[in-house]
Amino acid sequence: MNYQLICGAEIHVELRTQSKMFCGCKNDPFNAKRPNTYTCPVCLGLPGALPVPNKKALDDCLLIGLALNCQIASVSKFDRKHYFYPDLPKGYQISQYDEPFCVKGYIDTSFGRVGITRVHMEEDTAKLHHATVDGKKVSLINFNRSGVPLVEIVTEPDIHSPEQAKECLKAIRDLIRSLGVSDCDMEKGSMRLEANISLSPDGSLPNYKVEVKNINSFRYFSNALTSETKRQTEILSSGKVPVQETRGYRSSTNSTVSQRSKEEAADYRYFPEPDIPPFHISSAWLAQIRARLPELPTQKISALLSLGVSASAAKIIVRNSAMYDFLSQITALSKDLVPQVAKDLVNKRLDFSSTTPGKYLKALSVKKSSLISSEAELTSLLEEIIAGNPSVVADYRKGKINALGYFVGALMKQTSGKADPKVATALLTRLLQE
Amino acid sequence: MENSTFIESCYQNIEKYEGIINSFITLRDKKEVLAELASLRSSTSPLVGLPYVMKDAYVSKGLQTTAASNVLKGFIPPYDATVLSKLKKAGAILLGKMNMDAWGHGASTENTDFGVTHNPWDPSRVAGGSSGGPAAALACGFARFAIGEDTGGSIRNPSAWNNTTGLKVTYGRVSRYGAIAYASSFDTVGPMARTAKDCALILREIAGVDPLDATSASEPVPDYVKLLDRDLSSLTIGLPAETYGEGLNLEINNAIQTAVKQFQKLGFKTRKVSLPISELALAAYYLIAPSETSSNLARYDGIRYSQTRDLFTTETMRRIMTGTYALSSGYYDAYYRKAQKVRTLLIEKYEEALSDCDVLLMPVNPGMPPKLGQLLNDPVENMLADIYTTSVNQVGVPSLALPAGFSKSGLPIGMQLVGKKFSEDLLLALGHQYQEVTDWHTRTPNL
Repeated sequence: MNYQLICGAEIHVELRTQSKMFCGCKNDPFNAKRPNTYTCPVCLGLPGALPVPNKKALDDCLLIGLALNCQIASVSKFDRKHYFYPDLPKGYQISQYDEPFCVKGYIDTSFGRVGITRVHMEEDTAKLHHATVDGKKVSLINFNRSGVPLVEIVTEPDIHSPEQAKECLKAIRDLIRSLGVSDCDMEKGSMRLEANISLSPDGSLPNYKVEVKNINSFRYFSNALTSETKRQTEILSSGKVPVQETRGYRSSTNSTVSQRSKEEAADYRYFPEPDIPPFHISSAWLAQIRARLPELPTQKISALLSLGVSASAAKIIVRNSAMYDFLSQITALSKDLVPQVAKDLVNKRLDFSSTTPGKYLKALSVKKSSLISSEAELTSLLEEIIAGNPSVVADYRKGKINALGYFVGALMKQTSGKADPKVATALLTRLLQE
Repeated sequence: MENSTFIESCYQNIEKYEGIINSFITLRDKKEVLAELASLRSSTSPLVGLPYVMKDAYVSKGLQTTAASNVLKGFIPPYDATVLSKLKKAGAILLGKMNMDAWGHGASTENTDFGVTHNPWDPSRVAGGSSGGPAAALACGFARFAIGEDTGGSIRNPSAWNNTTGLKVTYGRVSRYGAIAYASSFDTVGPMARTAKDCALILREIAGVDPLDATSASEPVPDYVKLLDRDLSSLTIGLPAETYGEGLNLEINNAIQTAVKQFQKLGFKTRKVSLPISELALAAYYLIAPSETSSNLARYDGIRYSQTRDLFTTETMRRIMTGTYALSSGYYDAYYRKAQKVRTLLIEKYEEALSDCDVLLMPVNPGMPPKLGQLLNDPVENMLADIYTTSVNQVGVPSLALPAGFSKSGLPIGMQLVGKKFSEDLLLALGHQYQEVTDWHTRTPNL
């Protein structure tokens, strides 16, 4: 029996604000020279300390929500999420439970739309280091990361293939990077992924789900989907239902391993954080944030497509901000040449840093003006080339369209690149069909 | 009196009576205190050089802070609570950190790991709580004033049982930064002293918005001292009928009725109002406060304060268990959420009562200070001791507790004036004008 993959993603993103979420400590855990230097009573959870929310972090969270087409709550609040763990100094994490800042958004992929359930704000935990000191095995706690602003993005279970997962997650990463609010660096841990995976015989939502943690690359995410699909298919095929549990992804074996079952699942005892008054998100506040919203990658791509740039080139260019900036300057000077420059950027790896858009356009138009576009001249040259390459002609007739490229290449060689490729291609097609 | 002479006399009293009372957890060395006094620069602050004590619920840099629990025993904080830094800046001199019910859990200062505090008016009885140490210390002349903390009556209850004056402020009036949390949405930091006038002096220094406390209010701080003698003659005092009914000790009722006549003599109008809430309020309080405390005490996980959680007292464990239960999934709606609905109802009831008058005059405690051990062995009676006080915290309004007389057996009786939010100026002025024509607050115990 064939099952459909049903997957939702949970994405954690550390914001790169100057200070931490609830105190004035520096937010730069990755570059701190020594452990436990960026700390204070608040992020150490000392008795009597109180959290004061970082306005910039709230703004950034709302910005992400807007960019993901979310509805923004008019009233929102923080809640306490309780569990005991040595990296959680207060015994609870300040997070958001039933009134997150942003809900009901979406992101489009070429496989279909993926709904965004919610985008909410919380704080990161400290980091444990298991080491041997003076011959003794010890666990050390580094609080530099404790209280770093963390945005959690939860998608609907709309992801149905490993390919779609990759595309969706990359799109979210590109989008957040384009907002300038996070590095989204998975190696440094400023972007972290979790998957909720189940299989359905008919596309409806199954009554179990398996949560997979410890995924630190897009490739591992899609690997986890593939390996879980295999594992769960085997269980379902034998007439059983997979256990609802949390599993960890192991890249060494490319498989998942059980970590915690539903019976052991924590009851987080959420309740409203009494130390932080609720937020009323006014339209004026929202307007300020909306004004910060830059053109988003998807918008940039569709703008390039409308100028005649190919889809594959547009995606590459939009992901590379220097390339995109160069092309934007070209767009301002000459819309007609944008597809050509886009091609040069992607295919010819044009070194745009050693030229200026103006210079490059000039060179292009000089080249264009000296093009050989006389049909008669090109026809005679082409007939000569075709006659000299009967085997390539045979290939072409067998359906190898690539052969066209061979002839154009040969023509360019003979004319030192001055043949008009458009005219030449049209002529070639006609000549070869004769 | 010279400040140094005054401080000397405090230490003399401590030497004489502390052995009976047991109000301190940490007493600073006299030499160190006098050196601090000598190092003070001249200042215009009226608090300069005044000796005070502080409930051990506030962190103090370099000075042991325990919240009266063995779980924190030996903890030396690396920072000062905002209220402490403000008083330091004003030049007040801290003599020590005072006994209390551990974490604020109680109304008798018996739930402490540092020995029971005895009532100076009858050492076989409790001093009340949870700020029992500070109140007893004031009654014994150990300090000029104290900083208490009131979550469900913790300043007012011991003030009433020790013949002292204590102010529970509007929620947000004084920064909570550095106050060891019991129930965060009820906790308030307030002054305790012998008179309303002293409370006004202290509040003027410690009130105001604090960038370190997101729940502190930006409401301007008036000059409470200047406002003490203003004309209040048009004011109406409301007497909530429900608080004078069944369950109230007759002698307390009589003493407050005498005070009512005194207020009338001063020219104030009085009238009966309705405040039908007390049982509801108590039930809601004993769900919300334990819920919040179960969360607030989660940080004492044995990793960083070296002591383990089995050192919590029975009363604290009871509250952690109750709160954990109330917040558990499946029970949240029936307990925590319902209690929050009651809280909303309480706010409405208070608004109604305070629309018919300017302040409410109510008892603080239903009875006289119990014998030692009585409340400890009866958790329900322990809760009932808070019946007139917890609603005030849930509504967030201010209340001034002040002396109203004595029982035949010589035990002090208190009453409380409850006002609208940020009406501390009014409560203090009313209390001051009452204390100008009465002398209950001047009486001291015969130890």
